[in-house]
Amino acid sequence: MNTTLAMTRRDLLLAGLKAGGALVVGFPLSGMAANAAAQGVGKPKDFGQVDAWLAIDHGGRVTLYSGHVELGTGVETAFMQMVAEELDVPFQAITVVQGDTLLTPDQGPTWGSLSVQVAGQQLRKAAACARRALLRRAARKLGAEASALVVKDGVVSGGTGTVTYGALAASGALAVAFDDAVPLKAPKGFRIVGKPVARVDIPAKMTGEFTYMQDFTLPGMLHGRVIRPTGMQAHLQSVDDGAARRLPGFVKTVVKGDFVGVVARTEWGAIKAMRAVKCVWSDWRGLPPMDTIYDHTRHAPQVKTEVVKTEGDVSISLADAAKVLKATYEFPVQTHGSIGPSCAVADVRPGAVQIWSASQSTHWMRRQIAVLLGVDAGTVRVRYLEGAGCYGRNGHEDAAADAVLLSRAVGAPVRVQWMRADEHGWDPKSPPYVTDMQGAVDANGNLVAWDFETWFPYFVPGGWKHGAPVNGVPLLAGSLMHDTAGVQVPARQMSGYGEGNTWPEYAIPNLHATIHWLRTTPFRPSWLRGPGWAQNTFTNESFMDEFAAAAGVDPVAFRLKHLKDERGTAVIRACAQRAGWQARPSPAPHTDGRVARGRGFAYVFYDNKRTYVAAACEVEVDRKTGKVRATRFTIAHDCGLTVNPDGAKAQIEGSVVQTLSRTLIEEVKWDAAHVTSLDWASYPIVTFPDVPAIDIVLLDRPEAPAWGVGEPTCSVVPPALSNAIFDAVGVRMRRAPFTPERVRQALSAAQA
Amino acid sequence: MAEFTLNVNGAARKASADPDEPLLYVLRNDLALKGPRFGCGLGQCGACTVILDGRAVRSCVTPVAAVGDKPVTTLEGLGSTAHPHPLQQAFIDAQAAQCGYCVNGMIMTAKAFLDRHPHPTEAEVKRALAHNLCRCGTHPRIVAAVMNAAREA
Ligand code: FES
Ligand code: FES
Repeated sequence: MNTTLAMTRRDLLLAGLKAGGALVVGFPLSGMAANAAAQGVGKPKDFGQVDAWLAIDHGGRVTLYSGHVELGTGVETAFMQMVAEELDVPFQAITVVQGDTLLTPDQGPTWGSLSVQVAGQQLRKAAACARRALLRRAARKLGAEASALVVKDGVVSGGTGTVTYGALAASGALAVAFDDAVPLKAPKGFRIVGKPVARVDIPAKMTGEFTYMQDFTLPGMLHGRVIRPTGMQAHLQSVDDGAARRLPGFVKTVVKGDFVGVVARTEWGAIKAMRAVKCVWSDWRGLPPMDTIYDHTRHAPQVKTEVVKTEGDVSISLADAAKVLKATYEFPVQTHGSIGPSCAVADVRPGAVQIWSASQSTHWMRRQIAVLLGVDAGTVRVRYLEGAGCYGRNGHEDAAADAVLLSRAVGAPVRVQWMRADEHGWDPKSPPYVTDMQGAVDANGNLVAWDFETWFPYFVPGGWKHGAPVNGVPLLAGSLMHDTAGVQVPARQMSGYGEGNTWPEYAIPNLHATIHWLRTTPFRPSWLRGPGWAQNTFTNESFMDEFAAAAGVDPVAFRLKHLKDERGTAVIRACAQRAGWQARPSPAPHTDGRVARGRGFAYVFYDNKRTYVAAACEVEVDRKTGKVRATRFTIAHDCGLTVNPDGAKAQIEGSVVQTLSRTLIEEVKWDAAHVTSLDWASYPIVTFPDVPAIDIVLLDRPEAPAWGVGEPTCSVVPPALSNAIFDAVGVRMRRAPFTPERVRQALSAAQA
Repeated sequence: MAEFTLNVNGAARKASADPDEPLLYVLRNDLALKGPRFGCGLGQCGACTVILDGRAVRSCVTPVAAVGDKPVTTLEGLGSTAHPHPLQQAFIDAQAAQCGYCVNGMIMTAKAFLDRHPHPTEAEVKRALAHNLCRCGTHPRIVAAVMNAAREA
């Protein structure tokens, strides 16, 4: 094991090459650096020489090594499609190795809906390089010009006959440099990209044959559980594990500072031991009252204030304008809420640390774990196994850190499965969000000023240990241990987070956007699907609607009037048409009866640089209970080339449902000491009867680059809902979630 | 610890467990049946659903001692990738999974439901699944899969 861990994957692959004839394609530094920069991971420090690979063996099988991982979004299948297309091999000939830190390149976390857009594009180019090299070799063999050869299903024909990729690979090692400028196949010739290919992972998931992280076991593996403080920063005063020790199969109680865990031979034994250990904690009550969270956010200590956008002069135009509006928008603290709580298996031996994890960023985690243990990162290997859906940095890394500490203490592999309360109580949270808006229109109803000011946590917490950058949310176990070696202090900013969509892409002459970067928030912050971008779009697209209503103009017409972008315009028109949108201003004419109906619209050019989405939704508002029910969502979507239209639709559907849930009902609750919404009863999510019909129009543009799919749709859901509620009942919901209680309050305030 | 003989997927299976140990852990850890999944341990999400004596039950809150000799069916008992049950096939055809972690509960709950109500309306399917949670937002496809399975049955 030691030898394997000490070898680099490059050594491994080169050894394979010498043994005779795999074909490999490597990405040079420059390609990876560009890739990393596009992902906002900053300047890569740790990319060695040749980093990402694609290999073809003698049998013609193709292996992709991907640092990006399948999180349930279908990227594995999409990668296979892209490579099968470019190489002209059967789809089934491809295997994807994902997220193994020894075997895959560090492409940063699988986040931002960037897998197809960035990582997939790299793989596609690698495939094109491989194809070109194979054809050159085939040309010599078949006595023909490479350009005269045709390839079908991995068989090259022309000249004197045919030869397979496998045979070409077997005729001697072929190392191919990555050429970023390699010509790519024209969309006209696509056979498999752009087709609704069925996902490769789904059948086994339907029968119990699929191995999720939670299913993984090792011989001799023990089971661990953790015991957390009763107050978020309470200290451990005493531990009594007498009763736990008497349980059959009990192995050990592990205490390090405020970190407490138990290990037992069986899973049920570990749960019983966890319940039997009696801990006394100090009385910590440092959380701000829930109803002051947004004030608290405004006054939290700041790292700095940054003006991220300035055009024209907002203050002059606000002073001169015909009509000025001001509003504040708020979005709550939310939890990731994976259906399967975080889980990891760790086997810590001297000189070799092995971890199996469902982390979205195994490479980051590897360095964080190395810091936590005070070992060289070269001795840590993390292997990826898919868990329950992951929508950002949830608890997987923390569960892995827990498993590592417990495994080290008992000298055996340990599996840690978080309980539901661990997940709801201690996963890092989507931070509280508050934004103040001011804007103005001139006498002709044209927007002339737009001023955005928000307060948001400053990312990335990072530190520098063992000469390697440490990125990521600080590990919970590290903070609980109070071991300074494991503490990671905010050192640099992850660009892109939170600043995307702080200004809308409308033609407004005077624009200003300010972010107050916060040092901290009451709960460990992390990214949750559409982080910042979704909240910012809630603000901007709701505010846009306020101007349309103030001007007495149809919300779609108002947007189109201010939009110069052709693709954006096409998306808005397609959405309105499919939704059967009738032009009229909001709110809708008053109707009697208990249930009011309304429709809302929203549009985004995601992150101000990729994927256009428009949403129209229809809602019913029960005037008596305040309950909002969305009955229908129509989404129009342009992400350039759509690699898998069915996969894209699945992602769009999921984004609508999940974000609708976040917007209408989800909010973490807490008292002075701790999160109190520790289960699904206290933190409900949307259920079947409240899921709307979803209708999707994909505007496919095969000639345009493939952009991301999942997150962009998330961002239009909150404003579409808020705008629809306004249309139905004439009240603006500016603080999410729009719970029945809040809607009732808003209705009675409007009546008063 | 006590010895139990369970009737699982048509076979007698022996396991030694604490009488209060939830069936879920016995199935997963002792009988290597990973179809039923741990989601909450509280009976709230449905990820752990199995069919016990014809009814969908939550194995995370069902003590093994309460099972007796009643027949237990898990996801594995319906079919395999080689020979999927029509309901599993309907889920595959509808691509009704993102992460797929919730799907055990969806299929097992739908199976027990369709056995009693073979020709449901869409609203009835939604009600039958109302207490099964999915975080990925696969709901529309899950409903479509169940409706297709019912139509083809
Ligand atoms: S795990 Fe049994 S209901 Fe959630
Ligand atoms: S598909 Fe992921 S929880 Fe349902």
